[in-house]
Amino acid sequence: MAKLKCEFFGKKLKNPIILASGVLGMTKASLEMACENGCGGVTTKSLSIEPRKGHEGPNVAETECGFMNAMGYPNPGIDAGLKEFDGWKRDEALIISIVGKDATEFGTLAEKVEEAKLNAAAIEVVLSCPHTPGYGTMVGQGSPESVTEICKTVKEKTKIPLIVKLSPSVPGEVKAAEAAKNAGADAINMGNSLGPAMKIDIHRKMPVLGFGMGGLSGPAIKPIAIRCIYAIKQTVDIPIIGTGGVNCGTDAIEMMMAGANWISVGTAVYYRGPEAFDYIAREMDAWMDMYGYKNVNEIVGVVHEEIRKYKNYSQ
Amino acid sequence: MKKFESTRIIHSNKIKKIIEENYRIKTIEIDHSIEALPGQFLMVWIPGVGERPMSIGNNDPLTISVANVGKVSGKMHELKEGELISYRGPFGNPFTLPQNGKRILVIGGGYGVVPIYFLAKVAKENGAGVYSVIGGRTERDIVWEKQLFMVSTETFITTDDGSRGKKGTVLVEAEWLIKEKKIDHVYTCGPEKMMEAVAKLCKEYDVACEVSLERYMKCGVGVCGSCAVDGKLCCQDGPVFTGEEALSISDFGKRKRDATGRLEDI
Repeated sequence: MAKLKCEFFGKKLKNPIILASGVLGMTKASLEMACENGCGGVTTKSLSIEPRKGHEGPNVAETECGFMNAMGYPNPGIDAGLKEFDGWKRDEALIISIVGKDATEFGTLAEKVEEAKLNAAAIEVVLSCPHTPGYGTMVGQGSPESVTEICKTVKEKTKIPLIVKLSPSVPGEVKAAEAAKNAGADAINMGNSLGPAMKIDIHRKMPVLGFGMGGLSGPAIKPIAIRCIYAIKQTVDIPIIGTGGVNCGTDAIEMMMAGANWISVGTAVYYRGPEAFDYIAREMDAWMDMYGYKNVNEIVGVVHEEIRKYKNYSQ
Repeated sequence: MKKFESTRIIHSNKIKKIIEENYRIKTIEIDHSIEALPGQFLMVWIPGVGERPMSIGNNDPLTISVANVGKVSGKMHELKEGELISYRGPFGNPFTLPQNGKRILVIGGGYGVVPIYFLAKVAKENGAGVYSVIGGRTERDIVWEKQLFMVSTETFITTDDGSRGKKGTVLVEAEWLIKEKKIDHVYTCGPEKMMEAVAKLCKEYDVACEVSLERYMKCGVGVCGSCAVDGKLCCQDGPVFTGEEALSISDFGKRKRDATGRLEDI
């Protein structure tokens, strides 16, 4: 599967498939397990200043067309978390995900990651959780002003490449991506669960998720993720991790054609098990074989080139 | 490949019967028969309170037992016969069912006896010979003994203080049973230190062993990673592990992760 090899901030990855934050990533051993199952990179659980228990359950629910979760950022806190992920020796990229209530907290977290001298390929700041009070879209962290402030603060504290994870739930992802780029971000992770969304159990007459609402992921949100990635690629010159509903190789190909350089995968682990990474990589490889692509980078953003051939095409 | 465990369906059924087992454990029989295997678990949902993994004690009628130890289990103790109870599942890997003619030893500590009874029942139906040991701190902690009497060739009881059965841990009965009764397979569920001792004993006597681990779980379906034990997930790769697998887990018998993911000594 040599065709899938790609670069990630100086690291050579065996494929562009990255384990999304929040899935499996509570322990280093779980991240290693994901790597054994074929991903090119992994993202840790999002680490906050203080330990967090997260929301009461149910924390997950399945719907007809997707999957819902409201975890509420359970994590052991930045200090214990950085100890857990210390000593990363694998070739797969390790991305440390952090969540803060404001720019100051993000700055403190980034400083701690820098000081920990982990073998981290990047830091991901998550500004897009749709279901945790005090964080993400619930406090407007995806606005261009907020993105600018957080990115600038983080960039002052660390030299580690910075990924900004944006939400598909709020309009204005292009402006947010522009703000991130101007403030020094190295990549955008375009996508998170969509919402907040709600599922009601009609027998109990109650919302299923313990938090009442949660983020929708899986096949249902893929078209929205694709559109957001397409829009950012069209306007902002910055590498993109695409997130949202990738469950198989052709999903990944589609998202890369829209403009994603890498793909992050979460809910597919529910549908297909941790083997999902290997399946997706093999499916991408087979598809590229069939259509004569030699390298995965040839696919990135090709939709934008193709569209130019059609003069009357309006979006 | 993952065996598909849908979490889409939430069962809500009426409670048929509530049995007060002792000062802290209640058994809930539900008006539902479910295709579940011994060792699997349910995620039981109490609306407005939370959700917890619970071992299945029987599949027909679906039965669970719960100790009053926290917020969700406390609310479960307030439930009445005829009221609704909600759950999703079954989840996880079951115990390996013994074949006809095999002799098994089942060891339950405290309310760990619940899934152990379910296994013993199915094993007996399959033609296996069942010996059982129930352990508890005191006489008051011995539950489900009558159920085990019905499916076991012989049942033994141990208590830490000697108030019922032999004084000591389950090992005082388990060791001679393994030797004398030519046991083919040992199954255990209960406090982790006890299961660790049983797994080591089985290793010493070269007898197959399976243990049922308990870990904090948020999703139950292999996504959230809260129940990680080394590179395995308790909800997907367990909760039943072979004694050998369990002894290779660095935290086994020593540490557990809490809701935040921090390790705590057992």
